[in-house]
Amino acid sequence: MTAALVEKKDARTPGPSRGSSAPPPSSPRRATRERAFDDVPRWQIYVPLGVYLLFTLVPFYWMFLFAVRPAGSTSLVPWPMTGAHFSKVWNERSFAVFFQNSMIVGVATLIATTLVALAGGYALARFDFKIKGAFMLALLCSQFIPGALMLVPLFEIFKNLQMINSLGSVVIAETVFQLPLSIILISGFIKNVPVSLEEAAWVDGCSRFKAFCAVVLPLLRPGLIAVGSFAFVHSWNHFLFALMFLSEQDKQTIPVGLNTLIGADSVDLGALAAGGVIAAVPVVIVFAFIQKWLITGFSAGAVKG
Amino acid sequence: MAQSAAVATPPPKGKASKRRSATPRRLPYLLIAPAGLLMLGFIAYPVVSVFYYSLQNYNVTKPWRNGFAGLDNFTRIFTEDEQFWPTLGFSAQWVFTQVTLQLALGLALALIVNQTFVGRGISRAMVFSPWAVSGVLTSTIWILLYNSSTGFSRYLADAGIGEYGTSVLSDTGTVFWAATVSELWRGVPFFAILILADLQSVSKELYEAASVDGAGRLRQFFHITLPHLRDAIILATLLRGVWEFNNVDLLYTLTGGGPAGETTTLPLYVANTGIEGHDFGYASALTTVAFVILLFCSIVYLRLSKFGGDNK
Repeated sequence: MTAALVEKKDARTPGPSRGSSAPPPSSPRRATRERAFDDVPRWQIYVPLGVYLLFTLVPFYWMFLFAVRPAGSTSLVPWPMTGAHFSKVWNERSFAVFFQNSMIVGVATLIATTLVALAGGYALARFDFKIKGAFMLALLCSQFIPGALMLVPLFEIFKNLQMINSLGSVVIAETVFQLPLSIILISGFIKNVPVSLEEAAWVDGCSRFKAFCAVVLPLLRPGLIAVGSFAFVHSWNHFLFALMFLSEQDKQTIPVGLNTLIGADSVDLGALAAGGVIAAVPVVIVFAFIQKWLITGFSAGAVKG
Repeated sequence: MAQSAAVATPPPKGKASKRRSATPRRLPYLLIAPAGLLMLGFIAYPVVSVFYYSLQNYNVTKPWRNGFAGLDNFTRIFTEDEQFWPTLGFSAQWVFTQVTLQLALGLALALIVNQTFVGRGISRAMVFSPWAVSGVLTSTIWILLYNSSTGFSRYLADAGIGEYGTSVLSDTGTVFWAATVSELWRGVPFFAILILADLQSVSKELYEAASVDGAGRLRQFFHITLPHLRDAIILATLLRGVWEFNNVDLLYTLTGGGPAGETTTLPLYVANTGIEGHDFGYASALTTVAFVILLFCSIVYLRLSKFGGDNK
């Protein structure tokens, strides 16, 4: 993906700037470069973008507004603020416990998915073996299998393993359904790392594993960040497995807790909004960190892999 | 060093080198073993057991009837079940609407944020952010917006638009579009991210050449951009279609399949039958039917769209 970025820059720099008229003062170089062959009027960017931004951000704002304004207020400005709804869901509605459970599930799924997918992805990228084709086919086919429709048999399996009401059941189920895509993505990333780099390390006396850790792993960073954050975000968000496999209240996760708030006889909108903000904060933070890697990670491995 | 030799040449048969040379041959199998075993145990086995149960009467509340049922469950689906066809129809409508609108909006969005402009980074981050939000959280947010007493409609009514107490989620005439808009809100970024990623690899020289030849932006879009994006779009729409078909968390929490079963998709119906009705045998038969329909549609779609075909 670094190659793509370099290529992009190179393609833009050469050539005199044709329409260098009135670039925005803040970044004259960039604007000039762009204008050289791409004359999109600014309003054609900012108007539709502004409309779409409103559609995206107003719902978030709405939730935030409901979470911080006192009960009974109809103000559209989040002032005066109150923390009452937050302390209510956090303490009385056990969101403290749900948050901890969701964190455990998310981090465990992240680690399990990344490790297992690294091993599988490396095998697919670097070896030819007999069942490789069949394995690839199984990965692709599993994309079509609805997790929701597997609930009943999965429930029976975890019951037999005595893992109902254990967070482990959700971690396993999440990991399994994350694996196919993760393996495909990671094998794409590994293929982009030239084998010669590894071979050079072998010649220097490294074992295969050592060479992998020293040479390949650092180059996989953007890809691993993308795959790992996928796994975390998905398991943080996933609802049905947790709903089905975890019936004890102190084992439940945030989405299940939110669903309980939604289903309450008289919905406490302030508490619901505060619960929503708590659910959103970790994924928004993860997303803010990864969103740049996401684009490069995808262009490197996913679609063309 | 020794290992690299073993990889480069076929493993020698000598006893001394056996351990070393055997490693690379077994290594790929060892590496895929964890993934393979997990998928066998928790995907393949459940799939097989669904097929098995679809031929059984299996209902924990009526254990005296349990046993081999032959094709009875399937006959019941196609001849007696009054909910099957409506839920299948709604599923089709839901998937088609979502995929079409998400693609159109996602493509437009990707083209916009692919331009160079001031504030691009932060705009990208903001318009993509609903991608990270769960179905339940989406429901939460839109329940707050759609709420009849303190939601958006109240402020519109204050401004003289519409009536007080409008509840779009309980009205059969509006519930479809209410659910559609909230699913679009979190679904569009998926397409935008995938398409934007693919746009990074379009050769800029092509645009320059086209522009030198006097092709306008519209022609450049149809002759350079779209053909380049073809495979990515086909793959994204297929994955998304399957995902929209299977995913139940938004509708489950936002409308609960109502009002009056109006927004019940086939998987939602299956979940209700299996989990709340405890009729595992019949739910398994429904699952099998859903699976076959999905597979059939996917194959037809890939064939008709000629995925991976001519343009490369």
